[in-house]
Amino acid sequence: MARIFAYIVHRGGVPDDSAGELAAAAKKIDATASATAIVTGQGSDLDNVCSTLRSSFCEVWKIANDALAHPNAELIRKALVKVLPPGSIVLVAHEHFGIDLAPGLSIKLNAAYVSDVLGMDAFDGNDLKVVRQEFGGQVSSHVHCDISSGAVLTIRPGAFRPQQNAALTGTIVDKSGEIGSLSAGRRYLQTIVAEAGDVDITKHAILVSIGRGIQEKDNVHIAQDLADVLDAAVSCSRPVVDAKWLEKSRQVGSSGKTVKPKVYLACGISGSFQHLAGIKGNPFIVAINKNPKAPIFQVADVGIVDDILEFLPELTSKVRELRGVPAK
Amino acid sequence: MEILVCVKRVPDTSENEIALNSAGNDIERDELVYSINEPDNYAVEEALQIVARVGGKVNVVTVGGEEDEEILRREMAMGANEGVLITDAAFEGSDGRGIAAILKAFVKKGNYDLVLTGVQADDGAAQVGGMLAAMLDLPFGSLVNSIEVLGGKKLKISREIEGGNKEISEIDLPCVLSIQTGINEPRYVGMRGIRAVASVPISNCSVAELSLDASAVGAAAAKVKRLDYFVPALGKGAEMLAGSREENIERLAELLAAKGGLK
Amino acid sequence: MVEGIESVVPVTFWLTPGRTLFLSIHFLGLVCFAYIVARRLVPLIRSQRDPRFDRPFARAGNVLKFWLGQWKHPRYRVAGILHILIFAGFILLAARAFSMLIIGVSPNFVMPGFAGESGHLYEAATDYAATVVFLCMIFAIVRRLVFKPARYAVPARYGKAHTADAIFLLVLIAILMVADSLFEGTKAAALAQQGQLAELKTVLSLPWMFKAALASSSIPLLGSLYFGAYLLHEVTFYFLLCYRPFGIQFHVETSLFNIYFAKLDKSTLKPVKWGVSDEQLGEVKSFGVKTFEDFTWKHVLDFYSCADCGRCSDNCPANAVGRPLSPRFLSIKARDYAFQHYPMFGHSGNGQPLVGSIYSPDEIWSCTTCGACEAECPLLLEYIDKIVDLRRGLMDDGNVPQSLQKPLKALESRGNPYGKLEKKRADWANTKEFQEICRVKTLNGKCGAESLYFVDSITSYDDRMQSIGRATATILDHIGEDFGILGAAEKDSGNEVRRFGEETLFTALRDHNADAIRSCGAKRIVTADPHAFNALKHDYKDVPPVEHISQVILRGVKSGKIQFNPAENGNNIYTYHDPCYLGRHNGIYDEPRAVLDAIPGLKRVEMKRSHDRSFCCGGGGLMLFYEPKEDQRMGVKRVQMAAEAGANVIVTACPFCMVNMEDAIKVAGLEGKMTAIDLAELADKQMVRKCPVANAARNAEPQQECVAGG
Repeated sequence: MARIFAYIVHRGGVPDDSAGELAAAAKKIDATASATAIVTGQGSDLDNVCSTLRSSFCEVWKIANDALAHPNAELIRKALVKVLPPGSIVLVAHEHFGIDLAPGLSIKLNAAYVSDVLGMDAFDGNDLKVVRQEFGGQVSSHVHCDISSGAVLTIRPGAFRPQQNAALTGTIVDKSGEIGSLSAGRRYLQTIVAEAGDVDITKHAILVSIGRGIQEKDNVHIAQDLADVLDAAVSCSRPVVDAKWLEKSRQVGSSGKTVKPKVYLACGISGSFQHLAGIKGNPFIVAINKNPKAPIFQVADVGIVDDILEFLPELTSKVRELRGVPAK
Repeated sequence: MEILVCVKRVPDTSENEIALNSAGNDIERDELVYSINEPDNYAVEEALQIVARVGGKVNVVTVGGEEDEEILRREMAMGANEGVLITDAAFEGSDGRGIAAILKAFVKKGNYDLVLTGVQADDGAAQVGGMLAAMLDLPFGSLVNSIEVLGGKKLKISREIEGGNKEISEIDLPCVLSIQTGINEPRYVGMRGIRAVASVPISNCSVAELSLDASAVGAAAAKVKRLDYFVPALGKGAEMLAGSREENIERLAELLAAKGGLK
Repeated sequence: MVEGIESVVPVTFWLTPGRTLFLSIHFLGLVCFAYIVARRLVPLIRSQRDPRFDRPFARAGNVLKFWLGQWKHPRYRVAGILHILIFAGFILLAARAFSMLIIGVSPNFVMPGFAGESGHLYEAATDYAATVVFLCMIFAIVRRLVFKPARYAVPARYGKAHTADAIFLLVLIAILMVADSLFEGTKAAALAQQGQLAELKTVLSLPWMFKAALASSSIPLLGSLYFGAYLLHEVTFYFLLCYRPFGIQFHVETSLFNIYFAKLDKSTLKPVKWGVSDEQLGEVKSFGVKTFEDFTWKHVLDFYSCADCGRCSDNCPANAVGRPLSPRFLSIKARDYAFQHYPMFGHSGNGQPLVGSIYSPDEIWSCTTCGACEAECPLLLEYIDKIVDLRRGLMDDGNVPQSLQKPLKALESRGNPYGKLEKKRADWANTKEFQEICRVKTLNGKCGAESLYFVDSITSYDDRMQSIGRATATILDHIGEDFGILGAAEKDSGNEVRRFGEETLFTALRDHNADAIRSCGAKRIVTADPHAFNALKHDYKDVPPVEHISQVILRGVKSGKIQFNPAENGNNIYTYHDPCYLGRHNGIYDEPRAVLDAIPGLKRVEMKRSHDRSFCCGGGGLMLFYEPKEDQRMGVKRVQMAAEAGANVIVTACPFCMVNMEDAIKVAGLEGKMTAIDLAELADKQMVRKCPVANAARNAEPQQECVAGG
């Protein structure tokens, strides 16, 4: 049986949330198997990550090398190709690093590649059936994958719930010596952090989040008015930033910020997975959208079909009334 | 600089209603309108802007059939110098890896400094660029949102990473980059521009002209096959408030208070 | 007679005999003027053709009305009257000035027809004319310096104020009048001293006052003054003649031609290139205006003729809300460009792009083509054609804002800017509830009708505007009109597509629609969308005549087919907002008002800016997708005007106006205090319904092929 590996990204000595998700995904492929975590990096950060991962993986392969201080997909690929047994199944989170690493890795491993997997359907040694989406999430598809020479799968963040198992005590295996020397045609220079903006949406317990349904820049104040009476902040989905109605620092999503509020009001947001990927911590999600078929209603706790341009101002008045705040 | 942009014709994302057909195993294709995959269009615009700065040529290529010529023409109307359609019955049913193998053979025939693809297409796979780079043993960068040409056959690129941050790297030429939307503002191409290139020849390229092992492409070689399309049974989903607006607001206010939303 | 007074000819001035001196000045002046005019003609020769030599009678009529009759001037009362006086004065003084110039060379010259009694009358009239002009100059100078009308101000981004140049010219004209009057006055004073009969009888005229002031001056002094006045007159005359072509005063010469050659077919758009048919357009290398030489000669003449009066910009809604567009400066900047690149000496022309140098793309995209500028301009300058031509150039170069590219692409693929499916275009008529009220036929091969209701895109697809469609259909049904819609075969009328410069896409839409319209066999077209109305009327060829629903309703009212219930709420004050494409562009002002006035008990007020002074709501079609840089929305200003007029209901007759008004009511914080309603919706609401039984009978099971959406 092919071994399942999970490549874990980490930051500041802490593994990414996707670690648990990849472990869960591996279990969904083969409930009897246990995935081996692979991490790369160097120094104490890497050591800390390995320690943390021991409690959720039976085995943790550590690849330490100065060249890997900053995650470089090309170098990491070279390292992985050296240490992975043939026919392995490799799971990587489907985000910016996974997109950079996984396709090329599948070629060098001569393995099949399926991206953005959100469900496992069937597994039998040489064949794997998975569930994906196409057309921006509007339809799902079953995909058959010939994994006789291995597979590289990127896993959609949030699709697999990490399992709360008893803590394990995994072994850490140091594979650093097997990778040889590393060089790459792409070299990291620096990271430019997004401008802080006047509001840090990651620090708010309540977010009034707007999407395309706000229709134009002049309507954004409708959300701000509500946010003001709720002591909340206004956040948004990507289309609002693309249209330049709000700054990038307000964007919630896979290419924006990750937020963990208590209450999330999704106003005029359709609910694309890239946006939902930025919402963590299982908040109370209220969705208000004109379109009763919007995907957001699948993930929200409470849903209202209405026009936010009319609904929000009335909600604002009501909240004002309840809080005894005088109208402006 | 000689730049090759690999493009794909896809059902337009905003002008179609994607729905399952009556048999329930594919999407309804009768009334689809197609256009160039949006990130590919940004890639072509970026290539054109690069050669406007440093000189050179931009070619566009796609793997498909006669119906795909229209997007090649559209990009040529935008300013691309040459369009090539790689077409052969042997290619049908290729998976992403197969497509990448075909493109690899094509790239090897030419002398390109830079190969661009869009970050992903309608199937959301985001794979061809990375696979192509690995097959060609060229450095790769995905989710590129800025390109600066440096001296000494190098580029400085910016990649879109989490939180709106940008990862800046230096990359050697030749290389492969997959381009993210928003990198630039593509110029407009209208019917007139397309008519102007309506009779410019588009060269076809078949398996014979590429040094390709036919067993590496096509349905037989595909390791990944889509079996169907379906719409999953909807889960419980949200508790929908179905009263009048006033009633909904009342109820919502109650719920918000209960969840600590109103202090 | 006294020497020096009888004639200036023999007077010697600095060793030069008078005649020689004046002859030289004539010669120099005329040669300079001819040269200057010749140089000014160069860009006209280099620019594009523009056929304006047809229909001479109609053109002469325009000259009589707008040039001689100064028809547009009184729209600004004070400046208008001022200008009429100055213009009348100039016309009257023309012969006198001419005579005066000649007598410096031929002292006994008398204009033919001006001898004897008529000559005396003319003298008297022109004495007063010169006085009036002089007083007008003083008034104008004071107005410029002290009262400073806002529309003359030059915003910083357009450079220095024009006041100095304006004052300079006003002063020169005043000097001209003074010189003329001094000339007459000194002669009269001298003759009076001699007891000669030719006395100045025009009491209180400027010449008379000079005569009075100089009554007891010595003859030699009078002689010198006489000569000096003459010289001053001639020099000033020729200086002005040669100076005018360097500034806005060139309109003195060019206005006659500019008005003669003005556009006769209002509301039509200039084709891409005159003389090139649609079929030949493929061969045209470049569309639109990119360099100065891409303008037509008439447009260059427009630039020369702009008098910098600022009335256009004063009425331009884009200018009023702080968009970077000021029509006045479109002309002035182009004129300055022409002067700079076609100088008096040296190499001329440079073929550089205008957008990016004197114009910014935003400036050009900001225009809603409302036509307020053209309605106002006393010199009949054309603006819309130029904006459209500049946009054609931008489109051709692919230089189009991203916000417009999506709807354009959707129009190309789906025939509507929203990208919605063609087969859903008639869904508005297909709701179960509506089908019970009114069944709307779809006209296709199997199904025809007398009238075609052309719905157009926004009414078909926008949730809110669909109610205008239903109201219109109900009204047509009520009056017994045999009508149908094109349904999925209808594409966007393309009015804005064309006005945003996408001529090729427009042609495709137009040809498709025209075919569908002709195939459906309808004899008449009716629409509730003024943009569609405009396109069908002016841009489409060989289609049946088109009417707006307001005209149909009024006819129904007059014939008794439509009767209205009284207005319910007696406290509502209604005001009618003239949509640009119904009012200004197509002259339909009265019918909608008559419809409103036919509703018993409906109280209506007029906004200050109404009829052809109506203030654009913000624009329709593609303009709804464009994201302008502005301080405020046009719609907000408009609803504030409605509130100022005392109204709390705005009635409009255009779905785009409706979108903008309803939006503006929210943004202006007038929700609950003001509402907007469409004329068709209001008429439908107030219409006395026929007996339900009769209705049901009429609506019973139409043929299956005719059900909308088929």
